[in-house]
Amino acid sequence: MNEWTNTGREPDPLPSFLPGPTAPGLGEPQAEVEETLKRIQSHKGVIGTMVVNAEGIPIRTTLDNSTTVQYAGLLHHLTMKAKSTVRDIDPQNDLTFLRIRSKKHEIMVAPDKEYLLIVIQNPCE
Amino acid sequence: SEDMEPVNMESMGHPEIYPLVLTTKTQEIFNCRIDEDVTDEQPYKLINKEDIFEDLRNRAAVSDFHPVKKIVQEYPGNELLLVYDKDFKYGLNFYLIGTEEGKENYLNPPEVPEEQEEYKEHIPEDVYIYKPPVSKPWVSLGSEKEIEEESVTESTKQITYMISRKRSEFGAPIKFSDQNASSVKDAYIECTAYPDKNFTLKQLEKDVGMQVIPQIKDISTQTKWTYPKNATTQYYPREFSEEEKETLKQSKPLVDFLNNASISVEIALQQNEIMNTFIDDWKYLAEEEGTFGDKTDTYLKEYQSFTDLHSPTEKMITCVSWHPTIYGLIAVSVAVRLSFEDRVHFSGKLLLQPSLILFWSFSDPIHPQLMLESPDDIFCFKFCPSDPNIIAGGCINGQIVMWDITAHADRIENIKAGGSRSKRATLKPMFLLEPESNKEAMYIRHCAVSSIENGHKKVITDIHWLSDTFEINRMGSVFENRSGICCQLVTCSADCTICFWDIRPQKPLTPQTTEKKKEESIEIPFDVPSTFLHLDLSWKPLTKVRLSKGETSLDHCPTKISLNEDHLLCKTQDKMLAQSKTEKAEEMNPYHNLESGMANLLKPIDDFCTKFFVGTEEGEVIYTDWKMEKDPETGRLMSKKPVSHHTIHDGTVHTIQRSPFYNDIILTVGGWNVAIWKEGVMTGPLLHSCCAPKRYTSGHWSLTRPGVFYIGREDGYIDIWDLLEKTHEPAQSQNICITMITYIKPWIFSSKQQFIATADYYGTLHILEIPWTLSRPSTNEMASVNHYFEREVKHLEYVEQRKKIREQEKKEMELEMAKKKVKTYQKSKEQMQAELKMDYESYLELEKTVLINLGLIKVTEKGSYMEVM
Repeated sequence: MNEWTNTGREPDPLPSFLPGPTAPGLGEPQAEVEETLKRIQSHKGVIGTMVVNAEGIPIRTTLDNSTTVQYAGLLHHLTMKAKSTVRDIDPQNDLTFLRIRSKKHEIMVAPDKEYLLIVIQNPCE
Repeated sequence: SEDMEPVNMESMGHPEIYPLVLTTKTQEIFNCRIDEDVTDEQPYKLINKEDIFEDLRNRAAVSDFHPVKKIVQEYPGNELLLVYDKDFKYGLNFYLIGTEEGKENYLNPPEVPEEQEEYKEHIPEDVYIYKPPVSKPWVSLGSEKEIEEESVTESTKQITYMISRKRSEFGAPIKFSDQNASSVKDAYIECTAYPDKNFTLKQLEKDVGMQVIPQIKDISTQTKWTYPKNATTQYYPREFSEEEKETLKQSKPLVDFLNNASISVEIALQQNEIMNTFIDDWKYLAEEEGTFGDKTDTYLKEYQSFTDLHSPTEKMITCVSWHPTIYGLIAVSVAVRLSFEDRVHFSGKLLLQPSLILFWSFSDPIHPQLMLESPDDIFCFKFCPSDPNIIAGGCINGQIVMWDITAHADRIENIKAGGSRSKRATLKPMFLLEPESNKEAMYIRHCAVSSIENGHKKVITDIHWLSDTFEINRMGSVFENRSGICCQLVTCSADCTICFWDIRPQKPLTPQTTEKKKEESIEIPFDVPSTFLHLDLSWKPLTKVRLSKGETSLDHCPTKISLNEDHLLCKTQDKMLAQSKTEKAEEMNPYHNLESGMANLLKPIDDFCTKFFVGTEEGEVIYTDWKMEKDPETGRLMSKKPVSHHTIHDGTVHTIQRSPFYNDIILTVGGWNVAIWKEGVMTGPLLHSCCAPKRYTSGHWSLTRPGVFYIGREDGYIDIWDLLEKTHEPAQSQNICITMITYIKPWIFSSKQQFIATADYYGTLHILEIPWTLSRPSTNEMASVNHYFEREVKHLEYVEQRKKIREQEKKEMELEMAKKKVKTYQKSKEQMQAELKMDYESYLELEKTVLINLGLIKVTEKGSYMEVM
């Protein structure tokens, strides 16, 4: 496993386009997407990862179809609601991350203008 | 001038008086000349109406009666009263009285007002002189007309009828019969309705209120609602197809988004991995909150004990079972306490006494509630898990006996109500109790017994109901059980076989069997239910598994078996299943309709573990398979060889039991020790206790604590083992009775009440209450015990490995030893001889010195003396 140290600040964002020695430009983003998702999935306790578009339609998932659809639909609504709440309180503010802690797992939602990244983790041993 | 209103003297209080002026001419006409016709004595004159009219006609407006023309016209009577007004009281010389009443009043003035004036002068102290009423002629005022109108008179004459009949016809019995009204002519009279024009009114006028209001518009629609019905919507979520997903994956925005989002996500994931911030440390620090009862109280308390006082011979209890659903009901099977020789000797006497299973209830310690009869002593029995009214028992002669107590179910369910009433009664001496308690225990005959020729040949040592989730066929293959009830049994017996039985009727293979049945038909008493009639005396096992020891003719003699099945013993887990099943069973008891489930084509279950544990009489624990396989040589069905086989115990294994918490942990008790096994670990038991001072005769896991089990000893003690406390000896030991304990069975009634039933050799059943500490598991007890077992498994593996290593080492050592021996053997012969000679010479010298020291040889030379020194 890679070593993670807490430097107290967010690491620099990775360059969006990695120049590879072999592959042409077309295959790269796809491999990168896969690699990122695999990395997230391999964390300890992660149950599932999914990428959902702005309308709540899943694009990529590691869980089965019915669960994915259910999560996508429900969390999409919740994220919209949370976003509008934050915006209503302060119009210059915006939602960056949403974490829902329940008895059994923790659901993490990273929203964006067009997509949504949902990760479900079981924090206890 | 004709419209002139006549003037009357209303203002003066006399509205009937109409003053008139009469000229002399008029006076002459009417003969009312002043001082001639009308005088002071008679100032009035009655004038005919006709005369007035004539005068009016003659003289018209000139007539003096013109002003009062109207009055005269309206005057009811014929004669009017004209009065000469001498004093001009009313202004004119005459006046006319316009009413009859006034006329009367004038003619007959009431004396009262005049007299009143006279009497006022009198002093009122005068006594009122009573004047009796004087009868006057009746004056009609028109009232008789009213009475006539109101009175009821007969309009028509009344008709009288007289009807007579012969007296003998009165009171005769009446016979009614039916008759169709339309068939007989004139049998009925009908009054048909018809519209009568007299009674139809046409409304010609209508009274309606109107009001001006602002303009309104009234609109209504009608919906057609025929009947309410459910409406459902079916939808499916929108999804992307595979190609769309691929294209999206490659789009740049997605990549950017993921790169940005994954950063924060990974931070969050890491945070969770580092520490769980939501743990309440205090909560996990504390032990159980609020213990019920004393914590130091760890002893089993005696609650009740039951003995059958009515049996003539001495009996022992062979098997105990709590009723699965009814509180406080426990069943015991009793057998005669004789050895085999004594049984044969006394067989005549024993035949007369019935062998029983007794049902005891907490409310009545003297009388058993039910007694189930069986042909011979029962050594093991079980309630059917899907229907507690069906009981299967194994007999000493190898038969299986079935009872169906559905008819008596109400009786035993309502025992508690009756019992509590009798408890409130005052204590009465023993001899009075018997006739008072009107409940006599019912003897219930068995429903069916298995076939004597085809079943077991020796005593049945263990019987189990197979779980209702699967069933097996003749080959031993496992199929899905669609009927939802337990319909198969497995028994093991001392004749070295294990048989599987099916309680459903088997289709007869040959027509011969029906003929045989007719011959063997025995009259069955009427009060025995016919649930298992198809099985009686002709019941054959489905399959037989023979536990052979290989080539020798001796076989293993199984005493107990333990199948890999769902926890049928653990009551709490089964509640949900039981509830769903009781709903089904209420429609129709499936045991009364067993044939319905036979026709279904069943689905085979593939990866079902058909292996089970068997304990034998010699103290071996065998793990074998019940599936039959075909012998390649003979083509017959043969039972498989056992998978593993260990001899651990020094005596008969009398308990093999799976833990209620772990499906693969088995407890075996036999001889003088206890062993715990894990299914799948073939090398040996996880725990193997050392020999105890007294023999262990029964054992059972605790139902609530994963690491606790109870062992009964032959001296009447119960040893309570707690694996978390000590594993080399029991944690506690308690004396229950004076004789050997034959059976232990704990049971849970509620979270606060747990009982353990202990049966002893003298036939007494003791019910003990388990204290709080023994029934309540501590937090993480299950995890700790699990750890312990895992450790033991690892230990066993380690031991195995060490064994191997040791063997290797041993081999190496032997090799070295062998090498060394080969090396030393290379000495030559000459060397050996030289060595021998040297040895001999040194021996001679030694001999010499010894003799000199002893003084037996004289020292010849001085020099040699010095040498010696």
